[in-house]
Amino acid sequence: MLEAAWLICAFPLAGFALLLAFGRRLGEPRAGWLATAAMAGSFVCSLAVFASLMGRDPAERRFVVTLFEWVPAGDFSVDAGLLVDPLSVTMAMFVTGVGALIHLYAIGYMHGDGDFSKFFVYLNLFAFSMLVLVLGDNLALTFLGWEGVGVCSYLLISFWFTDEANASAGKKAFITNRVGDWGFMLAMFWAFGALGSVRYLDLFGQADSLSSTTATAIVILLFVGAAGKSAQLPLYIWLPDAMAGPTPVSALIHAATMVTAGVYLMVRVNPLIAAADAWAPDVIAWVGVATALFAAGAAIAQQDIKKVLAYSTISQLGYMMLAVGTGAYVAALFHMVTHAFFKALLFLGSGSVIHALDGDQDMRRYGALRAVMPVTAGTFIVGWLAIAGVPPFSGFWSKDEILAYAFDASPALWAVGIFTAALTAFYMSRLVFMTFFGEARYSSDAHPHEPSALMTAPLVVLAGAAAVAGALNLPFTKDLHFMGSWLEPSLFGNEAHLSLGAGAQWLLALVSMAGAALGIAGAVAVYLRHRLPAERVELAAAARAFYVDEVWTRFVGGPGRRAFEGVAAFDANVVDGAVNGVGRSVRAGGALLRRVQSGFVRSYALLMAAGAVALLVWFLARTNF
Amino acid sequence: MDLAGLSVGWYLALSVALFAIGGIGLLVRRNPLVMFMCVELMLNAVNVAFVALGAGLNDVGGQLAVFFVLVVAATEVVIGLALVVAINRRRSGATADDVSLLKG
Repeated sequence: MLEAAWLICAFPLAGFALLLAFGRRLGEPRAGWLATAAMAGSFVCSLAVFASLMGRDPAERRFVVTLFEWVPAGDFSVDAGLLVDPLSVTMAMFVTGVGALIHLYAIGYMHGDGDFSKFFVYLNLFAFSMLVLVLGDNLALTFLGWEGVGVCSYLLISFWFTDEANASAGKKAFITNRVGDWGFMLAMFWAFGALGSVRYLDLFGQADSLSSTTATAIVILLFVGAAGKSAQLPLYIWLPDAMAGPTPVSALIHAATMVTAGVYLMVRVNPLIAAADAWAPDVIAWVGVATALFAAGAAIAQQDIKKVLAYSTISQLGYMMLAVGTGAYVAALFHMVTHAFFKALLFLGSGSVIHALDGDQDMRRYGALRAVMPVTAGTFIVGWLAIAGVPPFSGFWSKDEILAYAFDASPALWAVGIFTAALTAFYMSRLVFMTFFGEARYSSDAHPHEPSALMTAPLVVLAGAAAVAGALNLPFTKDLHFMGSWLEPSLFGNEAHLSLGAGAQWLLALVSMAGAALGIAGAVAVYLRHRLPAERVELAAAARAFYVDEVWTRFVGGPGRRAFEGVAAFDANVVDGAVNGVGRSVRAGGALLRRVQSGFVRSYALLMAAGAVALLVWFLARTNF
Repeated sequence: MDLAGLSVGWYLALSVALFAIGGIGLLVRRNPLVMFMCVELMLNAVNVAFVALGAGLNDVGGQLAVFFVLVVAATEVVIGLALVVAINRRRSGATADDVSLLKG
């Protein structure tokens, strides 16, 4: 089965091609069913690959499927090859699994949209790109997928492009991601320059021979790319605006899968991080935890339900980066998987609410929806408890594992992390209370109702997963650490070892539970009991995300723009000038030389005679008599 | 060594003189037919030099080269005269400078 791993990518690609050709003719809802079937097929293939990988000896769980030589160029050769190992298969499974559910949900959500089939064309293309990113066995192929998901993200954010704001949100996402791509490309070039290959296994095999400076540079540049894709400070700015896209897109691309690509990349290159200077992982950890705190702060004051979830996603991605920086790669991936479940669930739930209230996204006009939308409310509450870190829901286990490693690396990291966890519990509780509890604030014209079974079924499945996914990696004994032992072959022994005793871990877990309880209690006091006016909590600065967007606008619009114009002028005058100058001088030389061709036979004869004499003189002058 | 009582140098001097007359004639005359004759003169000046040196050095290679020159000259005359005839049909009495349309 391992040789057939290419089928995982082939299903969405086939779905994309079929929908591109016949999508309009298939129409609604068959186009959606075709796309969903492609994803389901891909998911089944992933499971089969997983099963056959499980059947192997742990040391043998690494397999390269080379499909064809993609870029043959002298010494530089890139294969279109798939690296099938525990890490990539884990990613493939949750991308295709969550993806299939969201495709299913989208059939209901996109009902009646004029571009119904186009939406699924993009979704399948996205899934294909994401799987190429995940399964590629070299940096170049990963970059291909990386750009592919970027394009799909752009297309889907501005899916309803007739609205100016949606179109510019798409552009913002694309351009901000280009900044990160610049880092990725430089890292790729550098890795090839230093080691002569971009294949992961070659790079990892020779990582020890790299000078630590080179390894550090590559890691930091890759982190620039990861910070762009995974929305870390200061490149996160595109993600809140990306919520302009349809809600299934927000769930699939901007919460569960694409934005985790940066974290995946950093986990993938763990041998390079191990070879880098010690400050490189510290930078990653601190950027991650700062992003987590910052975004949680901003989430508290958002009124748009999707904006809250967007900042929450940024915050959770910050946790994953924190885990990468502290060497807790398993915890990073664990949290990525649980986050994919509960955040996809929360987004889809918010989609149901938005759907029920005719597109209104402002939580100030929600309230008391629990009674009219019991399934949505029930599943949403499971997602809320998971992300807030309430045991035994999945988020508690994964977040606590990250925090334990953070405490081991530096108590300061842990302190920021635990404070952020309390904030997370607070703003998620705020969201739930404002939406499902309290008094109804929506207009009397609206008649909110439970969506169709197509949309509630994925919610129920995801809620089940979000509730129990913690069992993937329980901390109590080594045998229960399934994910840790499963991922071992992909981590090359670079996983940090937790030096905390069981007692210390219990203590940390208790503190974390207390933090979550505090956050929820605070939200109860403010939003259910109204002990404190909400304006006291929702600071204006937080509502504007602490003015980072404004700072970027000032910077890029002022000195940045002048700098770019300077570069453009340099390009037009110096670079183009050199090229055009060569052309002009050749033309001028030709214009001079053509005068020689006069048409007078006798002048040619004279020139020939002169030439013959000159040659004669030259030979005679060289001859020694 | 003597050739009919004269040394090789005299023959070479004759060759040089003929070549110079031909060359100067080619440059100063405008009549295509005369220019042709001048070219022939130059070729034959070279032939004289070949024959003289071949005999003087007792080497048959010199005379062999003459045959090549003669053959090439014959073909060249065919083409050249054809050109002269063609030009004269179109513009009788045209000089070499009159047919200078083919220029850069």
